[in-house]
Amino acid sequence: MAEINIQDIIKPENLVYKKTRLMTDKTLSYCPGCGHGTAHRLIMEVIEEMGKEHDTIGVAPVGCSVLAYEFMNIDMQEAAHGRAPALATGIKRLWPDKVVFTYQGDGDLAAIGTGETIHACNRGENIVIVFINNGIYGMTGGQMAPTTLVGMKTSTTPYGRDVAQMGNPLKITELVAQLPGTYYVTRQAVHTPAAVRKAKRAIRKAFENQVNKKPGLSFVEVVSNCNSGWKMTPVDANNWMEENMFPFYNLGDIKVDGKLIEK
Amino acid sequence: MTEEIIIAGFGGQGVLSMGKILAYSGIMQNQEVSWMPAYGPEMRGGTANVTAIISDERISSPILQVFDTAIILNQQSMDKFESAVKPGGILLYDPNGISHHPSRKDINIYKVEGAKLAAEMGNTKIFNMVVLGAYLKIRPIVKLENVMKGLKKSLPERYHKLLPLNEDAINMGMKNVITVQEV
Amino acid sequence: MGELRLMKGNEALAEAAIRAGVDGYFGYPITPQSEVIEYLTAEKPYERTGMVVLQAESEVASINMLYGAGATGKKAMTSSSSPGISLMQEGISYIAGAEIPVVLVNVVRGGPGLGDIQPSQSDYFQTTKGGGHGDYRLIALAPSSVQEMSDFVPLAFELAFKYRNPAIIVSDGAIGQMMEKVELFEQMPRMTDEEIRAKYKWATNGKLEDGTRRIITSLDLDPYKLEEHNLKLQKKYKEIEENEVRYEKIMCDDAEYIIVAYGLSARISQKAIQLLREKGIKAGLLRPITLWPFPTKQIKELVDSGIKGFLSVEMSAGQMVEDVKLAVNGKVKVEHFGRLGGVVHSPEEVVEALEQKIIGG
Repeated sequence: MAEINIQDIIKPENLVYKKTRLMTDKTLSYCPGCGHGTAHRLIMEVIEEMGKEHDTIGVAPVGCSVLAYEFMNIDMQEAAHGRAPALATGIKRLWPDKVVFTYQGDGDLAAIGTGETIHACNRGENIVIVFINNGIYGMTGGQMAPTTLVGMKTSTTPYGRDVAQMGNPLKITELVAQLPGTYYVTRQAVHTPAAVRKAKRAIRKAFENQVNKKPGLSFVEVVSNCNSGWKMTPVDANNWMEENMFPFYNLGDIKVDGKLIEK
Repeated sequence: MTEEIIIAGFGGQGVLSMGKILAYSGIMQNQEVSWMPAYGPEMRGGTANVTAIISDERISSPILQVFDTAIILNQQSMDKFESAVKPGGILLYDPNGISHHPSRKDINIYKVEGAKLAAEMGNTKIFNMVVLGAYLKIRPIVKLENVMKGLKKSLPERYHKLLPLNEDAINMGMKNVITVQEV
Repeated sequence: MGELRLMKGNEALAEAAIRAGVDGYFGYPITPQSEVIEYLTAEKPYERTGMVVLQAESEVASINMLYGAGATGKKAMTSSSSPGISLMQEGISYIAGAEIPVVLVNVVRGGPGLGDIQPSQSDYFQTTKGGGHGDYRLIALAPSSVQEMSDFVPLAFELAFKYRNPAIIVSDGAIGQMMEKVELFEQMPRMTDEEIRAKYKWATNGKLEDGTRRIITSLDLDPYKLEEHNLKLQKKYKEIEENEVRYEKIMCDDAEYIIVAYGLSARISQKAIQLLREKGIKAGLLRPITLWPFPTKQIKELVDSGIKGFLSVEMSAGQMVEDVKLAVNGKVKVEHFGRLGGVVHSPEEVVEALEQKIIGG
């Protein structure tokens, strides 16, 4: 029997999906079932489709995605924890025609980098912020994040997040939506094919806003699971996310074209 | 020639700008100059002083303890700087508001009724120019024409119409300086 | 001859930034250096040269804006004073690790803590020994006049880009606040985006046309690779030490005693050596212009030429004196003199210190 190789099976006419060349061939370092890989891919697909490969600079600070530059095949800068919006401001102010985005986690964006986040949003920097919210510090081993739900167990809230001691989870996305400097604010997920399609449309809209120089910052939150941090299987983590995260972090657009969406 | 001057008084008396005009005048005649203010909260309302140095050579320390000349415009500054004049140096003061007049015997002392003369001229803001005139009469280290050039350079364009008044004030000071003692 | 103006040190530095063709300034107000951003915003450099000026929300944001901007190959600078520079240390370490050519300015004030707003030189250790974490160096230039506040801006950028290393101008409250005659240099052109992309291939400003992509990072999780990176940095630092020491010698030729002083202290000490010579004491001044690299070799040469003693004059508790001692290596006497906390020593005090600590001691 003659050997059959992959090229014989996957013919161009049969091809239904192809990895964007703006993702490198390096194996993702993320846990199986994590949303980071999908979010990375969506951003890179949008940049490729918009023809902005040579005009985009991405900034990824400390967190699980600290090595994003190994996977995103474009010019990238690695920032200190929390400071990505400041780097992005510095880049965009001096290269106003380039496309600039940050890719930040919840601890980064909503705890240590709150100041940089709020002020970049408030100045209406013409950049895109992609915010991955999984309610936990993934990289450092599952400690409490500003977005950790009430009662949720983490390695620093082993008996569950206690509001009296640790305060409430921070809805920073709703918070930045209130600022006149944000033009588009949305919350998405990437755990089902339907959610992925919606998230991609949102990311595309955010980058189009920037390229078309719409006045203000576009902010895309992606609610994601952290199955290893939550100590669940990927499937259980997605179910838990739907049952617990989404009721608190409602999916959908919060602000479009500079106007808050009436709920 | 190196002239090391301290100008001291209240904030708002034009102490800093008098030093600045002197420094600019020095530049106009190709000299080296430095202007070092005591800065900080005391600038706002309290006492103000500036060290101005004009020299034919590169200026070393811009901050000094002793001076060739002290121009003193209030009592606090008199208390602080009378002792800082080098023996044989100059102390020029406006007696207005001074209760303890200078008592040193080893320095040259002059006075000018700057506040009074400026009021008589109808503009108290030119007080510092009257005092500057008095100083330049005693120590003509910069020429009047260079002072006017320096003034023009340091004043915003919209104030240039006031240049003749300032020149009158300088002349008024030159005419009215009173010698208290010379050593 | 260039245009002559009477300017504050901070203003001269700001004007020099515009004239040096700087692309972006990011800063946060703090006394005694706020005139820098005030002057820049008033001058509308965006209209003059296209230079961007942005008031950041904090020094932490400033330094990280600088990191982002510098990593694109543009000329970016910030300025602050001691407490603000302390806040920036994390960013400075990243910038040094990622080899980004930016220019920082510290108009030093009295510390520690909030301290005061008077001139000081107590940030020498922070500047030259690495205020942030890791093995890194900043090229440190210490102006001692308003003229040098202007002249050192293009020089700092030249050195920063030559070595892809952050450079810092270390001034103090007096040099920043005082006015002197300054001869301004002619406007230099800003580089175009195309020139930057062609010249600085390492910079992240969008993939090159041939598909090459660039990464700016200070991270390497593999310790052996990070060691390699560190060795490369050390090699660069050695090269800088060999080539970029700058200093000024005043009346050293026949001197028996040397005062080592930089910045404002050098000006005061220059007056002191005049006073000493009037008393018949042959004193000279060695003024380090680069605090790092330090003029170690020049001090060694002075020791070999028979100098009897060195006095390190600094507005600090004695920081640079350690480097002087390392250079002198125990061969002759080295002492420190300086006032602390924002008090400026007088020339007379320096004279007395040399007489008592070095000659009499």
